[in-house]
Amino acid sequence: MNTQAPSLLDRNIVGPAVAEAFRKLDPRSMVRNPVMFVTLVGAVLTTLGIFTATAADRGFVAQLAVWLWFTVLFANFAEAVAEGRGKAQARSLRGTRVGTLARRVAPDGSVDTLNAAELRKGDVVLVAAGETIPADGDVIAGAATVDEAAITGESAPVIRESGGDRSAVTGGTRVLSDEIRIRVTANPGEGFLDRMISLVEGASRQKTPNEIALTILLAALTLVFLLVCVTLHPLGSYSGVAFAIPVLVALLVCLIPTTIGGLLGAIGIAGMDRLLRRNVLATSGRAVEAAGDVDVLLLDKTGTITLGNRQATEFLPAPGIAIERLADAAQLASLADETPEGRSIAVLAKAKFQLRGRDVAHARARFVPFTAQTRMSGVDLEGADGNATRRIRKGAAAAMRGFVDREGGGFPDAVARDVDAVARAGGTPLVVADGRDVLGVVHLKDVVKGGIRERFAQLRKMGIRTVMITGDNKLTAAAIAAEAGVDDFLAEATPEDKLALIRREQEGGRMVAMIGDGTNDAPALAQADVGVAMNTGTQAAKEAGNMVDLDSNPTKLIEIIEIGKQLLMTRGSLTTFSIANDVAKYFAIIPAMLMATFPAIGALNVMRLASPHSAILSAVIFNALVIVALIPLALRGVAYRPLGALAILRRNLLVYGLGGILVPFAGIKLIDLLLVQIHLV
Amino acid sequence: MNANGWIQLSLFVALLAAMTKPIGRYLVQVLDPDGRTWLDPLVRPLERLTYRAMGIRPDREQDWRQYARSVLILGLVGIAFTYAILRFQKHLPMNPAGLDSLPPHLAFNTAVSFVTNTDWQSYAGESTMSQFSQMVALTLHNFLSAATGMGVAAALVRGIARRGATTIGNFWVDLVRVTYYLMLPACTAFAVFLVSQGVVQNFSPNTTARLVEPTTITVEKTDASGAVVKGADGKALTEEKTIDTQTIAQGPMASQVAVKMLGTNGGGYTNANAAHPFENPTPLSNFIQMLSIFAIASGLTWYLGHATGNQAHGWAVWSAMALLFVAGTLVAWWAEAAGNPIHQALGVAAGDGNLEGKEVRFGIFSSALFATVTTDASCGAVNSMHDSFTAIGGLVPLFNMQLGEVVFGGVGAGLYGMLVFVVLAVFIAGLMVGRTPEYLGKKIGAFEVKMSMLALLATTVAILGFSAWAAASPWGIAGLNNAGPHGLSEILYAFSSAAANNGSAFAGLTASTPWYDTTLAIGMLAGRYLMIVPILALAGSLARKKAVPAGEGTFPVSGPTFVVLLIGTVVLVGALNFLPALALGPVVEHFVALQGTLR
Repeated sequence: MNTQAPSLLDRNIVGPAVAEAFRKLDPRSMVRNPVMFVTLVGAVLTTLGIFTATAADRGFVAQLAVWLWFTVLFANFAEAVAEGRGKAQARSLRGTRVGTLARRVAPDGSVDTLNAAELRKGDVVLVAAGETIPADGDVIAGAATVDEAAITGESAPVIRESGGDRSAVTGGTRVLSDEIRIRVTANPGEGFLDRMISLVEGASRQKTPNEIALTILLAALTLVFLLVCVTLHPLGSYSGVAFAIPVLVALLVCLIPTTIGGLLGAIGIAGMDRLLRRNVLATSGRAVEAAGDVDVLLLDKTGTITLGNRQATEFLPAPGIAIERLADAAQLASLADETPEGRSIAVLAKAKFQLRGRDVAHARARFVPFTAQTRMSGVDLEGADGNATRRIRKGAAAAMRGFVDREGGGFPDAVARDVDAVARAGGTPLVVADGRDVLGVVHLKDVVKGGIRERFAQLRKMGIRTVMITGDNKLTAAAIAAEAGVDDFLAEATPEDKLALIRREQEGGRMVAMIGDGTNDAPALAQADVGVAMNTGTQAAKEAGNMVDLDSNPTKLIEIIEIGKQLLMTRGSLTTFSIANDVAKYFAIIPAMLMATFPAIGALNVMRLASPHSAILSAVIFNALVIVALIPLALRGVAYRPLGALAILRRNLLVYGLGGILVPFAGIKLIDLLLVQIHLV
Repeated sequence: MNANGWIQLSLFVALLAAMTKPIGRYLVQVLDPDGRTWLDPLVRPLERLTYRAMGIRPDREQDWRQYARSVLILGLVGIAFTYAILRFQKHLPMNPAGLDSLPPHLAFNTAVSFVTNTDWQSYAGESTMSQFSQMVALTLHNFLSAATGMGVAAALVRGIARRGATTIGNFWVDLVRVTYYLMLPACTAFAVFLVSQGVVQNFSPNTTARLVEPTTITVEKTDASGAVVKGADGKALTEEKTIDTQTIAQGPMASQVAVKMLGTNGGGYTNANAAHPFENPTPLSNFIQMLSIFAIASGLTWYLGHATGNQAHGWAVWSAMALLFVAGTLVAWWAEAAGNPIHQALGVAAGDGNLEGKEVRFGIFSSALFATVTTDASCGAVNSMHDSFTAIGGLVPLFNMQLGEVVFGGVGAGLYGMLVFVVLAVFIAGLMVGRTPEYLGKKIGAFEVKMSMLALLATTVAILGFSAWAAASPWGIAGLNNAGPHGLSEILYAFSSAAANNGSAFAGLTASTPWYDTTLAIGMLAGRYLMIVPILALAGSLARKKAVPAGEGTFPVSGPTFVVLLIGTVVLVGALNFLPALALGPVVEHFVALQGTLR
C-alpha cells in the first residue's frame, strides 16, 4: 500500500494544523525548542513595544510584531502539518480495527464475545473464516489463509499457522479459510501501529540523539546571538546610536537559526511519515536515524537477492524412466499451478521437449492444490477407458516419500541421491510421482533478481557493504554471491552465526542492519542496530527488531536506509542554509540600524533597500516566509542520490551553503520592492 | 602593492610549507613520551632527573579530568608565583635600575597575562620590570605557557586518534618534554641567530646617550612636591624643557625575543617590542621572526596528520589556515598601501600609502604582514603601531583575534582552536552526507557539540561582554585617547587581544588602570581556561569512542571541499558574532573616512 503522499494543501490536514499552530504557542511546549522560544519572547517584547513607540514608528513596530508572531506560528504550523500527515497515514492503517468483536476462549474452554478493545495481553481468541482478527497475536492452534490487504495492500492471501515462523497475525486482517486460535500479544493501544502513531504525535515524541545534538548547537548559537544583540545596546550608546528594542529583537530573530529551529520537528516527523507510507513501522525515531548510518547490510538470500520463487532448470529422471515421461508428468501436475515455480516447470517442459500445454480442463481432470497440510500439489486424471485414475503429484522429497508409501510404491535410492545433489548445489529438489512410481526430480534453482547487482553497486558507492546470509553450502553461496555482486556472504548460517557476525562488525565500529522473520532471527534482530522484522514473521521477531515491514519485502531495507539518510541530509542542509542566511540579513539590517547616525554606512546597503524601516522589515518578513517556503522540502526531504559522500557534500554545500548566502539577497530585495509598492513603509 | 611585497609573501608561504614536515616530524617524537630525538643523550638524563625530583610517573597517563586539573594547578601556582615576585620586585636582586614593586592590579594583570600566554603588557618593560622579574617571573611562563598550549593540543589530537581509550597523555610529561626537547634548544639556537643580527644580550644597566640634536618640549610646570602648578585662570602652567639625553635599554633581549616568537608569547623586552632596533635590527631578523611565530603551529598540523594516520587531513587544516592567512595579509596590505583617504583628499603623501606608526625600515608590506602574522597566531609582538593602521588595515588584526586565532594560532592553542571548528564543520556539514556526523570515524554527538560550543562561547562572552561594559562605563571611557569609532575599536581590540590571549595592543588606550587591568585579566583567564577545560573534555570523550573505518560514505576531512567548508565555518560561526560590533568600530570608521571626516 504505497499510498501517495497527501497533497500539501490537503484541507483535512491544513485546517486542523492551523488551529494546532496556535495551540502550540503554549510556552510550556515552546520551551522544548530554544530557538523558537526566544523568537516567541521577542514577539511579546515587540508587541509591548508598540505601545511605547513614537507615533511615527508605531506602524513599523506593529508590522514587525505581526511578522514575529507569524515566524513562531509558521514554525508551529510546519510541525503541525507533519504531525497531521503522519497521523492521517497511521489512522488509515488503523481504521479497520475499530468496532471488531472478538470471541475469547476462557481457560475452561467456554467462549464469550466481547469488544476487541477490551482484550488483554495473554487472552486467547478464536477466529474463523470471514472474521477479522481482533488484535496482534500468535497463532497457537490451527492454520488459515489470511487476507492482510488491509495493512499490506497485497491482495494475495497468506498462510498463518501455529508453530514455525509464520505464526504472527496482525489485528485488522481477515481470516479467509479455516479457524485458528490466537494468543493476544499486545494490549489495545500498545500494538505497533499505536506505537508508531505516538511517534508522530508531538506530546510523546522523544528527541533522537542527533536531534538533541543539533538542538544544543542551535541553542548555543541562539545564546551567542542573544549576547551579540544585548551588548550592541551599550556599544551603540557609546557611538551615539540609540537602538530601539524592537529593532534589536528584529536583528536577533533574523540571526538566530529560526529556519532550521522552526522546521527541525517537522523534519523528524516527516521522516517517520515517509517510512509509514512505505509500510514500515518504526518503534523509535532513533532507529530511523541509525538507518542512515548503516555500514553493513545483512540480507537473506531468498527473496532479497534471488527471486523468492525458484525456477525449474533441469529434469532428473529416476532409473528406468524416460526423461520425456518425467517432463510430461511434471507439466501435467503443474498446468493448473499458478505459482511461479509451477509455471516455470510447464515452461521448461515446453522448451526442452516441445510439450505443449494441453487442454486438460475437462471433467476428467481434477486438480489438487497445494495446501499447508499436504505440502504437495498435482492432478488426478480419470482414466479414459475405465482405466484407473492417474494420480500425479509433485512436492518436497519428504512429503512425496509419504505419498508413494501410501500408494504402495517405494522411493528409489538413486532419486534420493539426486535430491541430495540438487540440494547441495543450492537448488530445491521437487520430486514427481505418478501414482506409486517415482518419476524423478525437477531441479528448481535460484535466480538472481534483475537489477539487484546495480543496487549493490550503488550501496557500495554509498559506502555500505552487503553481506548475503544463506543456509546454502559455501560453494552455492559463493556462486550466487558472485552473480549478485554482494561484497561478502555467510554460508550455512545458523542463528548463532548471524549473531556472531553482527557482533564482530559492531566491534569494528560498524552499524549493522538486517531483516529477518523467524523466531530464530530474534537475537540477531535485537543485536543489529537496525533490525527490520517482516510482518509475516513471528511476534518474537517483531518484538526484537526496531522496525516492522508490513509488506514483508526484504528489499525494503535499502529504502529504509535511504529514508534515514534523507532525514539527516535534510537536517544538515537546512542548518547550513539557516546559518548562511545570516550574511545577507546583516547586509540588510546593520546599515539600516546605523544609517541615521552614520549616513556614510549607506555604502554597505548593497541591496539598495528603500529605507531603514523597509530593510529591517524585509529581512524579518523573509525570515518568516522562508520557513513556510521550506515546509515542502522539510516534509519531502532533500533529494537523495546514491553517490559517494564527497559528491553529495559538494552538491549540498553548493545548493544550501552558497544558495543560502545568495538567495536571501534576492528575497529581501524583492520583499523590499513589494513593501514600497504597496506603501507599507 | 609592489613586486617586493609579492615576492616576500610568496617566499614566506613557500618556506612555511617547506618547514612544516620537518618540524612536524620532530614534534611527533617530542610529544611521544617514548619518542627519540638526537638530543636524547644530552637531555634524557635531565628529563629523568626532573621526573624523579617532581615525583612524576611518566608511564602513568591521565584521563581528561586529571589532565585538566594539572593544567589548572600549574596556572594557579604560576599566577601566585609571578604575582609575588612582581609585588616584591624592589626587594629582589638583579634590579640595577632600582625599579619599584608593581601595584596589585598591575601585578595581577601581568601574572595572568604571562601565565595565559597572552603577554599583554600594561606597562613599558624597560622602565617597570627588573632584570630578575623579566627573567624569572616572566620568561619562565614564556616557556611553560607555550608548553601548556602544546600539551593541550597534543591531548586533543590523542583523543581524536585513540580508540576506546580512557587517557589522553600525562600533562607533566608533555610539559617537561616540550620544554626540554623543543622550547629550550630551539630558543637557544634562535637567540644565537638573533645575536648574529645584532640583537643585544647582556646584563648591563641602561645606557645614557647624549643626543646629537637636542629637542625642546613643552611640559606642565610642577612644584617641588610634583604637583602641577596652576595659574590664576585655573589652567596648568607650562614650561619649556630641553631634552639632550636618551636612555637606551640594555638587557638579555635575544633570549627573550627568541621565546616570545617561537612560543607565540609576544611580550617584548622593550615597550616598542619588535619595532625596537635592539629587538629586531635587520630585514632578515624581521622576516625570520615572523616565520618563527608560525613555525611550531604549522608543524603541529603535520603532527595532527601523523597521529590520526591521515596526513591529507593535516594538510587540509594547514591549507585552510594558509588561505585565511594570505587573505588577511592581502587585505591589510591593500588597505595600508592605499593609505588614509583623508590624507589623500588633502594631497598629503598620497602615493606612499599609510606610513604613520610604521618603521620606515620595514615599510608598508612588512608591517602589514607582521600585523597579520602576529594576530593570526596568538603572538602579539608588533613591529608597528596597529592603532595607526587605516580602519580596514586595523580591522584585519582585530578580526584575526576574534576568529579565535585559529590561523596557525598560538603554539598548541591555534590547533586546538581550529579543531573545535573542525568538529563543528563536521557536525553541521556531516549531516549533509546522510550520516550522523563523524570526525575521522568518531561520532560527534551532543556532548562533543556542547563542549565545542562552550569553548567558542568563552571568548565571545569575554570580548563582547567586557567591551560593552567598557563602552558604557566611566572607567572604560576614561582610558580612551581617541573619540568616535576609533575609540570603540581600541576598546574592542583590547578585550579581543586579552580574550584571544594575543597580547598585542592597539595602543591609544590607557589600560593601566585598576578597572582595565582587572577586566582584561579576567578576559585572559576566560579565553584560556574556559576554553581549555571543555577542549580537554572533548578530547576525553573522543578518546573513549570507537572509530568507524573510513569508506565511500564517510565524511571527507581532506581535499578542497573540506578546506572550503572549514574556512566557511570559521568565518560564519566564528566571526558573524562580531560583525555588529565591528560595524560600529572600524567599518563605520572606514566609510566615514572615505567621506573625508573622522566621525
